[in-house]
Order: sequence, then C-alpha cells, then structure tokens
Amino acid sequence: MSVLQAANLTLSYGKKPIFSNLDLQIPEGKISVFIGSNGCGKSTLLRSLARLLKPQEGSILLDGNEIAKLSGKEVARRLAILPQGPIAPEGLTVHQLVKQGRYPYQSFLQQWSQEDERWVKKALEVTHMDELANRSVDSLSGGQRQRAWIAMTLAQNTPTILLDEPTTFLDMTHQIEILDLLYDLNEKENRTIVMVLHDINLACRYAHHIVAVKDGGIYALGKPENIVNEQFIRDVFDMECQVATDPIFGTPLCIPYGKGRRLI
Amino acid sequence: MNYLLANRSRKIVGLLISLLLLITGIVCSIAYGVTDIKWHTIAESFTAFNGSQEHLIIRTARVPRAFIAAIAGASLAVAGSLMQGITRNQIASPSLFGINAGAAFFIVVGSAFFGASALSTFATLAFMGAAFTAIIVYILGSIGSDGLTPLKITLAGAAMTAFFSSLSLGILLTGGQTFDQVLYWFVGSVAGRDMDIFTSAAPYMGIALIGAWVLARHMNLLTLGEDVATGLGQKTIYIKLAAAVVIVLLAGGSVSIAGPIAFVGIIIPHITRYLVGIDYRWVLPYCATLGGILLLAADIGSRYISFPKEVPVGVMTAIIGVPFFVYIARRGGNANNE
Repeated sequence: MSVLQAANLTLSYGKKPIFSNLDLQIPEGKISVFIGSNGCGKSTLLRSLARLLKPQEGSILLDGNEIAKLSGKEVARRLAILPQGPIAPEGLTVHQLVKQGRYPYQSFLQQWSQEDERWVKKALEVTHMDELANRSVDSLSGGQRQRAWIAMTLAQNTPTILLDEPTTFLDMTHQIEILDLLYDLNEKENRTIVMVLHDINLACRYAHHIVAVKDGGIYALGKPENIVNEQFIRDVFDMECQVATDPIFGTPLCIPYGKGRRLI
Repeated sequence: MNYLLANRSRKIVGLLISLLLLITGIVCSIAYGVTDIKWHTIAESFTAFNGSQEHLIIRTARVPRAFIAAIAGASLAVAGSLMQGITRNQIASPSLFGINAGAAFFIVVGSAFFGASALSTFATLAFMGAAFTAIIVYILGSIGSDGLTPLKITLAGAAMTAFFSSLSLGILLTGGQTFDQVLYWFVGSVAGRDMDIFTSAAPYMGIALIGAWVLARHMNLLTLGEDVATGLGQKTIYIKLAAAVVIVLLAGGSVSIAGPIAFVGIIIPHITRYLVGIDYRWVLPYCATLGGILLLAADIGSRYISFPKEVPVGVMTAIIGVPFFVYIARRGGNANNE
C-alpha cells in the first residue's frame, strides 16, 4: 500500500515537457531518494509530488485522493515539503520559524493551542535546536539553519516528509548530521521520507529505495544494492566508474574513473 | 533576538505609549500653528462654538489637518510594511513602486486636459491613479512562468515611477498653464483640506487597516517564501491579492488625501522592526501608531521651520528621510557582504 503516488503524470516547465505519462509509487514508511544528473527533472518531480507544481496532465494521489482536490491545509497535515535553499527573513528566530509549522492546524478561531506548543517543543528537541530556539535563523551556521527548517517541517507532524536537496551546500559533517536525523525519524517514528540527493554514495547508504531519473522518465527504481552498478551509473550520470562495496556499511560505493593522483 | 521590546508585556506597554503619543500629536497639531490660539479657546471651539475666526481655524482647518496627517501616516507605514513583506525587499514602499507617481500623473492629466482644480477632484483622481499603477506594476511583476517575483515587481515599480514622472513633467512643461495647485499637491501636504476629504477617505482606509491586521498571521508565513507557504497549506495567491487590495486602499487613500508623501513608508517599518521584531501581528499596529506620530510631528515641524511661512510636509519627511534611507542602504549593503 502506497500513500503517495503519481498517476499518468505529465509535467512541463514553460513549454518544454519534462515528464510524460509517468507512474510512480512512493513506498510507505521507507526512505526514498531521487537521483539523476543536473537538470534531469528530479526536483521538478519532487515539487509536483508536493503540489508546488501543477501537472499538465495526470494527478498526484495522497492516500488515494487526488491532491489537487484536497484543501491546502488538509494536504499540509499529511505531507510536509522542505523546498531547496529556503531563506528566512532577517531577524526571524528559530522558535518563530518552527511555530509556522503549525499553520495548517490553525484557523481564525483556533489560533494557538497546547497541542501546537507541544509539537513545536518536540520538533526543537528532536533536531537538537532547543538551545538555539531564541537565536535568529540568519545568524546560524548552514547545518544549524537546515536543522531549524527541518524542525519546522517536523512541527507539521506529517507521516510523509519531502525534502529537496537538504544537504546541498553543507560540509560533510553536517551532511551526515542531517541524514542521520532523517534516518532516525524514519527508524523511530516510521515516517516516510522522500528526498533529492546529489551524492550517489550517501543515497545508497541511507535510501531503502532509489528512483533514478533520466531523460523525462524513470530509468530504474528499487533497492540501491539491486540496481546500482557500472552500467547504471554510465546510463544515468554519463560517467565511467567502478562500483565497490562500502567497507563499513556494505552498500554500493561508486568510485569514478577520470584523472587524479594515482598511488597504487 | 536583538530587538528592543522582546517580550509580550513590554510590547503591550510600548503600544499603549505610542498610542498616547499619537493622541498627544493630534492635540499638539490642533493647538500649535501660525495663528497662536489659547488652550481654553480650543476647548471652547468644541463645547461652545461661536463662529469666531479662531474657532473656525480650529474646526475647519486644524482638526481635519491633524486627522488627515494621522491616518495618512498610519496608512503609508502599514502599506510600506506589507509591500516590504510581499516583495522581500527592505526598501519597498509606495513611493518607490510608482504608486505616488501614478497618482500624480492622473492629477496632471486631469488638470491639464479636463480642467480639474478642486482638491476633492484631485483626491479621486489620485486614488484612481494609485490603483491603476498598482495593478500595472502587479501585472508586470507577475508576467512569466515563475509568477510574481520580488525582483520583477521591484523593476516594474521603478520603471513605472520613471515613466509616469517623465510624462507628468512633460505635460507640466509643455502645458504652458499655471499649475500652482498641482505643484503644491506634488510635494505632499496635509494643509488646506476640509473635513469632507477626511470623512470620504477614512472609512475605507480604516477598513484596510483592520484588513491588514487580519492578514498579519498569513503574512508571517508568506515571508518564508512562496514554496514554504504553499507547502504549509496557504493559498498564496489569495493572500497576495488581499494584501495588494489593502495596499492600494492604504497607499491610494493616503496619496489622495495628502499627496505623494515619501519616506514614511520606509522609515517606520524599519524603526518598528528594530522595536518589536518581524511578527506582523505586532509590526502592523506599531507601524500604524508610529506612522501617524511621524507625519504629525513632521507636519507640526513644517509650520515652524521657516516661520511664519509653512513648508509642505512632504519636504519635511524628505529632509528626515534621505539620511535614514542612506543609512538603511549602507547597512543592507554590509549585511549582504557578510
């Protein structure tokens, strides 16, 4: 049973078609990662799953209902999206940012409840942002900033979380920190995570399910250990490499050929 | 959190103080001016009106002038604050987005080709011009597949300002008539307006001020960006349209009753951010009171700066505003270089 799926989806950017008649199911309770070369449309696909982009044809189904027919807040209580490179206005504190995650639960009459307060507190704790709650977001380091935004999506308390390149522009320490956090959310709280990643090796390590996007279609999907091999990398990324096994995790490890200092 | 009034109780006290200052400003604006009028005479003009010249000055000139300054200042500041939020541009304001220039253009056309000369006609024309320009800027800023972007709407505003200003000047220069009244309107003034002008504009400006406050919570989310707001379930198009209507009513209303007064819409939102941070639920009430206070103070000052002649209040706000503008631009520049 899949909670989020695309049916017969056709997407275009301006007049240029990107996907046509695409079907896709996101496995529930798993970490799915979209990979593909720059400009292949993986972000576009993620954005359309989060109804940030209207499809030309076809539909996105959330728990069997067409997402376009559900109210915006209804969707936001079931599915959270963290867009790529979000920018907080100058002076906004982490606490104020995370509180915005409760927007879909509020209305003119129901402004702020104990329940809202509890989820905000929990989101701050899980992301270890509680001590930085009163700092302004623009004063934080890149990794802390990304954690603050993730805390906002957690306050939304949705079973499914979509993230568009959550680790881009972060150094390696913070990339691992963010991915560990998302991994825990999946393991401990059984949340469905869907994200776009650039690093194929990290994708293989954290993803249960990989969706490889190429030329307006899905080239392959499945467990990384079943689909990632030399031919796969050649076709998807147009790159020659050797796929080894990660000595610690046992997941596929892609080592590109090309130039560089050779010591052996 | 480096703003001054950090907790809730301080914010409430601050708002009460600013409200008190606003009332003081209105009272002072009624009491002080070129004609020296005693306090008890002022009181009598309301309690025991006898038609004397002093009573007439109070009731037909000073009172409408004070009210107009207060509501125009409040509206300009709130409009500026909303514009800065929507465009995510800290120097957005009615004057920089062509709204003032558009209003002025309509007045110039009206007086050059249709013989408009009364201030009340000017008010109507100004409002139409402001609304027209706002719609044009909004459409120009929204053209293209990526929709309304801060950069495009800022460019559209700059283009419309230049366009309408040039046309206005061209008509004024080649018209060969005397445009004293128009010129006086051009710099912005709250003097010489009767109560009718205030009462005709006040209701919709009041409604727009309330509307702005109702939008505050949604504006808070919208400032996180279109995608984030949509992701959290906001229908951003409705919020932006509602904000645009509020901005047109406020900016158009104030330009119609007081002329194109610049800088209030920039200065006050910045002072407000410094005082209470960026939560629109606090920012907007503070903008309203502080905007009113600034314009009242500038107007009172304008009566004394070259006493006994009065200077238009638009000149006063420009004198205060330009150094402040340079300060913001410099600070903004530094922040970007970090």
